[in-house]
Formats: sequence, C-alpha cells, structure tokens
Amino acid sequence: MSDAEAHLPEHHSGLAHQFEDLEQQQESDFLGIWLFLVTEIMFFGGLFAAYAIYRFFYFAAFEGGSHILDARLGAANTAVLLGSSLTMALSVRSAQTGNRRALVVFLIATLILGGAFLGVKAYEYNQKFVEHVVPGLDWAPEGEVLARLAPGGVQHAELYFIFYFAMTGLHAIHMVIGMGLLIWLAIRGRKGDFTPHYFAPVEVVGLYWHFVDIVWIFLFPLLYLIGGRY
Amino acid sequence: MSTATLEPRVHAPRNYLNADYGWKSWLFTLDHKRIALLYLVSITFFFIVGGSFAVLMRIQLVDPQGAIVQPETYNKLFTLHGVVMIFFFLIPSIPAVLGNFLVPLMVGARDLAFPKLNLLSWYIYIVGGLFTLYSTIAGGVDTGWTFYTPYSSTYSNTQVTAVAVGVFITGFSSILTGLNFIVTIHKMRAPGLTWFRMPLFLWAMYATSIIMVLGTPVLAITIFLLALEHLFHVGIFSPALGGDPLLFQHLFWFYSHPAVYIMILPAMGVVSEIIACFSRKRIFGYKIVAFSSVAIAVLGFLVWGHHMFVTGQSVYAGIIFSLLSFLVAIPSAIKVFNWTATLYKGSISFDAPMLYAMGFIGLFTMGGLTGLFLASLATDVHLNGTYFVVAHFHYIMVGGAVMGYLGGIHFWWPKISGRKYPNGWAALAAAIIFIGFNLTFFPQFVLGYLGMPRRYAFYPAEFQVLNVMSSAGATVLGVGYLIPLIYLFWSMRYGPIAEPNPWGATGLEWQTPSPPPTENFSKIPVVTEEAYAYAEQEAGHE
Ligand code: HEM
Ligand SMILES: [Cu+2]
Repeated sequence: MSDAEAHLPEHHSGLAHQFEDLEQQQESDFLGIWLFLVTEIMFFGGLFAAYAIYRFFYFAAFEGGSHILDARLGAANTAVLLGSSLTMALSVRSAQTGNRRALVVFLIATLILGGAFLGVKAYEYNQKFVEHVVPGLDWAPEGEVLARLAPGGVQHAELYFIFYFAMTGLHAIHMVIGMGLLIWLAIRGRKGDFTPHYFAPVEVVGLYWHFVDIVWIFLFPLLYLIGGRY
Repeated sequence: MSTATLEPRVHAPRNYLNADYGWKSWLFTLDHKRIALLYLVSITFFFIVGGSFAVLMRIQLVDPQGAIVQPETYNKLFTLHGVVMIFFFLIPSIPAVLGNFLVPLMVGARDLAFPKLNLLSWYIYIVGGLFTLYSTIAGGVDTGWTFYTPYSSTYSNTQVTAVAVGVFITGFSSILTGLNFIVTIHKMRAPGLTWFRMPLFLWAMYATSIIMVLGTPVLAITIFLLALEHLFHVGIFSPALGGDPLLFQHLFWFYSHPAVYIMILPAMGVVSEIIACFSRKRIFGYKIVAFSSVAIAVLGFLVWGHHMFVTGQSVYAGIIFSLLSFLVAIPSAIKVFNWTATLYKGSISFDAPMLYAMGFIGLFTMGGLTGLFLASLATDVHLNGTYFVVAHFHYIMVGGAVMGYLGGIHFWWPKISGRKYPNGWAALAAAIIFIGFNLTFFPQFVLGYLGMPRRYAFYPAEFQVLNVMSSAGATVLGVGYLIPLIYLFWSMRYGPIAEPNPWGATGLEWQTPSPPPTENFSKIPVVTEEAYAYAEQEAGHE
C-alpha cells in the first residue's frame, strides 16, 4: 500500500476506500460542497435574475406587494436564522475539538432555531391565504389589501407574489433538507462518529446551512423591504 | 488467481466484470466502471427510442403531403426525438459512459471521489427517463425540445409538465457527474500527474464538468418556473399577466447553448486521444488544445443570444452576441488545426477508432463553419427556422459528437470488455455511417438555404427530391448504427481476448489489465512523463 497510509495510526473507519488518506478525503469533501454551493448559486441566481427583471418592469406593483408582508416577522426570522448560523458554527467547532456533548447540544439548538423559522414562515403563508393573495390557488385580494395593491396594478402584483412564494418556498425546502441533515449529524455525533481527525460531514452540512442562511439574507430585503416604508 | 474453466482461452483473472455476479451486484454497485456500463445500457436504450422517432419523421417526409401521420403527431415526434436525444442520450453519452469509466483510470485513482453520488446520478437519470417515457405514452409533448412559451404554457395541450419534470430531474444527474469529475481531477491525481501531464480527455471532461455544474441549475430553475406556471395557472412567462415570454428563451438558452458544448467537448477529448495514438505523436500544441477546452466552456456562456436574433432582442445585444459567437469559433478552430498538425508526418494507421476520429474532424468542421453563417445577423434572418439550422446542429451533434462517442467506444472497448471486435466490420460500419450521415443531412443544408422551414409535417412538392435523399440517407445511417451494436455484443462473448494495451497507447488506463480489476491498479501508479510520450515509447522499443 502507499506510504501515506502507513503513517496513519490505524485504518480509520471514516476513510473511504477510494482515498489514500483522511486529508485527501477531507479536501475532496470540502471542494465537493463548495462546488455544490456554486450550483445552488446558479440555481437561485436564475430566480433572482427573473425577479430583478420583473421588479424593474413593475416596481410599483412589487412595492405594493411588499407592503402586504409583515416586515417585523421577516426581521424576526432573519435574527432567528443568524442565530442558527452561530450555533451551527459552534457545532463545527465542537466537532473539531472533539466535544461530543457540545456538538449534540449545538446541533439541536440549530435544529430548534430552524424549526422556529419554519413556524413563522408557515404562519406568514397562512396569512396570505387569509388575505387571498396566493397566485393560482386563492387570488382574490379585496378591501385594504386590494387598496394597497391597486396603485401598481393588481395583475402585476400577482407576479410579485409568484416570486414571493417561489423564492421563499424553495428556501424553505432547503431548510427542511438542512434540518434532516442536522438530525442525521446529531445521531452520528451522539454515537461518537466524529473526532478531531474526522469531522468533514459536520463542516459540510455547516457550509450548506450557512448558504441557506445567506440566501435568506438576500430574500429578506428583496421581498420585504421594497420602497421607503418606514 | 483462479483460472479453472473448461475453455483454456478463458483465462480470467479477477476483474471488475467477474468480481461479483447477479443483478444486485450491478444495481447497487459503487464501482465507477460498472456504473459506466449501467449508463451505457441505458443511453443505448434511449438512443434507440430517440432513433425510432427520427425514423418515423423521415418516413413522413418522403411524401410532400406527409406519408403517415397527422401534423399533431408529427409535432410530438420531433419534440420527443429532440428531448430524448439531447437530454437522455447525447448529454450523458461520453461523460457518463466513457468519462465514468476512464476518469479514475486516467488520473490513476481507485474510483471517483464520490462513488455513492455517482450511483445516485444514475438512478436520478433513470427516474427522469421514466417520467419522459411515461409522458410519451400518456400523450407526448409537441412544444419542440426547446419548450418555448407559450407553446409550453398558455397553448399547451400535452404532457409538458411530465416531460419538463423528467428533464429537470435528469439535470441533477448531470450536475452530480460534473461535480464528481471536478473533485476527482483536482484532488485524486496520481503522484506525478501534474495538470499539464493530463491526457486531453481529462481536460475536456474538466471543461465539460464546469459547464454542467454552472449551466444545468439554470435549466432547472427555468423548468421550475415553467412548471409553476403550468400547475398553478399563473403567468410568469405569459404577456397577458405582464410576464415576458422572451425571458424564458433567455434562461433556456443560457443553459442550452453551453449544453451544446457539453455535447461536443467530450467528443473533442476523445478525438485528441485517438489522433495521438494512431499517428504515434504528441498532440501538436498540447497546452493550447487544453486551454481551448476551457476557453470554449467560458465563452460558451456568453453567446446564448445568437438563438434569439429574430426575436424581440435588442439589435445591439444581437451585435454583441454575434461577435462573441465568432469568438467562440476560434478555440474550436484551434483544435481542428492542431489535430491536423498532429497528423502531419505522423505514422498514421487507420484502425476503426481512427476512422471515426477522422470522420469527426471533417463533419465537425462543416458544422462549425455553418454555425458562422447562423451567427451572422443578416444571414441568420434568412436561415433561422429553416432546415439549415437542423443540418448545422446535426453535423455537430451527430456528425461530431456521436462519431466521437463511437470512436471512443471502439478505442476503449478492449479495455471495457476485455475483448476485441472484428476490425473489418468496424471499419465498414464507420464508412457506412459517414456516407449515410452525409446523405441524410447535406441535403438539409440545401433545403434550408432554399427556404424549407423546419418542424412542419408537409412541404411544397419541389422539395421532394432532396427530402427523399435525406430519408434514404437516414436508412443507410440506421444500418450503420446497427452493425456496431451487433458486433460489439458478439465480441463480449466471442471476441478475441484483449491484451492490456492493444493499441500500444500511452495513458494510465492502458497500464492496467483489460478489463481492469475492481480497484483499478494493484498499486497506485507514479507518473513520470508527459501525456502522449509516443516518441519516447518508440525510442524505448528500438
Ligand atoms: C462553432 C461554433 C458555433 C456557432 C458559431 C454556432 C452558431 C449557431 C447559431 C447562430 C444558431 C442559431 C441558429 C438559429 O436558430 O437561427 C445555432 C443553432 C444551434 N446550434 Fe450551433 N453553433 C456552433 C456550434 C455548435 C455546437 C458545438 C453545437 C452542438 C454540439 C451546436 C448546436 C446547435 C443547436 C442544437 C442549435 C439549434 C437549436 C434549436 O433551435 O433547436 N452548435 N448555432
Ligand atoms: Cu448556440
């Protein structure tokens, strides 16, 4: 066998057969996740581009639509997600230092914050049904809502809400996947799978989680804060 | 090593084919070589499906009135032909079959970086394919492979969603393949294998992977928006709601122009390997050829607007897109010149792979040059939407990419199967394919120039002679494709056993037995020389 393997203390259980040593494996994992995030940027990028074009075409309608949203909820959710990024970073740190208990605690904290975010989001989605501003399913804005949308054109406001649901919906799906991964990490972490030599899965999921947060950092102002409101 | 069998010639040491038996050992394999074979079988299946649609189309067009089907059916035929051939055959062809098989061998590794993702990519591909087959049976689609709105939205009355979802899903298999290749090439090269010692096939795979990783997600989001429009009856691309149908075209071509390079770059990589081997020379201007692959990948992202010259796109945008399209032809031409220069004073032998490679060069050149006619604003106004476009891209995709694929299959078949095929039959098939191809598609240049529009189920009688020629050519071409299918199958059982390096080629994949053992190399190789050290090899032999 190669000499790289010779100076490993023992054959590590986390080492896959195609790699020569843990270092090569870890570097590959990291490059892999960064590339994956690049694909995610292109994926959301297409959506952001389409959003930008329609916002440019129909600014007033987008402004009107934005004013239907509750910016306080959006801001609260931003805080929640930023907090979850912190706990995620602490999870990675705990894995690196080999602190199994802290790892599990921080992973669960991240999970709870993610759940809180989705809870608020669910409430907001529900509000949209109450206000009848769900394109395709329940589009019949009336009363005060209608009055807010009218200046920009109700029809074009529908485009705004399509983007609102498409963008936040895709983001939420990413959150759900991320939470699934967190549960998987927590189970493995509890079993003691991660060591200071082998923690790449925690870091990989961490990078994914931060990415999903960053998407929200862009979504919040783009969707909630259009036009001078306050 | 156990060799106990009745036939003495079946001397079979352990290799990836006989390492394990039974369907489970295939469907759950993590071995890149076996996954390559899974892909080989599946894309061959889709090639036959897509080919059947083409046969029906060519029969239809023998008669100016349309010989067999109604226009509605004809629309479905050309749509499904395009969708199946592009997304389910040509895009995965070289990367997923030859790339999967060869990338780890060529870098001197035991497998790709992420074997599970690799298997997952095949399953994703199959699920996407099933969606598409389902939609075919459930009524088909008639939008053209481009899914242009409003054909695919407001006015669609076919299974657009199912097919679009199928293409969406399959896209992820291509993303995973690309990601796997990039990481493998970056991180898993054997000791001594520097970037500029890599075979050009690896450079081509690298460039292709970049496009797959950057482009495919944009196609995914485009289809996602289209599906939203469909499922919820909202108008993202519908002018009635303020949506912009041209936005769909922009997003679609932002992926689909680079996607044409996903199809051609791998074939270029194959051709570089073959040309070097069968002229016993280092590729002329190795570095330039390597960089031109990357240049094509990058520039390819900047030219999508040349598909939209006659839409409402601004004239100034059109001018820029035209200029950039001319630029992208430069690295393509560089490759052709360098291959030709490699042949110069080489000791050329014309085995079957070489015949395909030579066919590739000629046909690709025709396709590329006619691309320039289409990239010129004024001529495109005349040629757009005619058979000229059809001929252009078939020269590149069938004359180029499929020829390259077949050349690659013939070149590496002894390595893949451990058997040799009859060279005479292979040469005959290459000749038949070349003749059949030209007979099918050259008349289409003329038809397009004369103004026959594409995508119609009937045509004015004056075009009949050229159309009959094209249909006759398609028959010849079909026969040409059938022959390799037969003798390659035959060879798996009856072909003579292949030695590790039957062509005397350089490259790590030839230094391990044919077929390779599951772990590829008994010992990870160390690379000490450049790729294509044929001169040194000859010197060593003397
Ligand atoms: C050498 C550089 C190339 C140039 C300058 C070029 C130029 C063009 C242009 C301007 C069009 C649009 C024609 C029209 O719709 O009026 C076109 C169409 C097309 N080209 Fe190329 N091309 C090149 C290479 C390729 C390659 C390498 C491929 C495939 C492997 C390819 C595949 C296609 C396809 C599929 C279409 C038609 C799409 C459709 O409308 O269905 N081209 N090309
Ligand atoms: Cu193009």
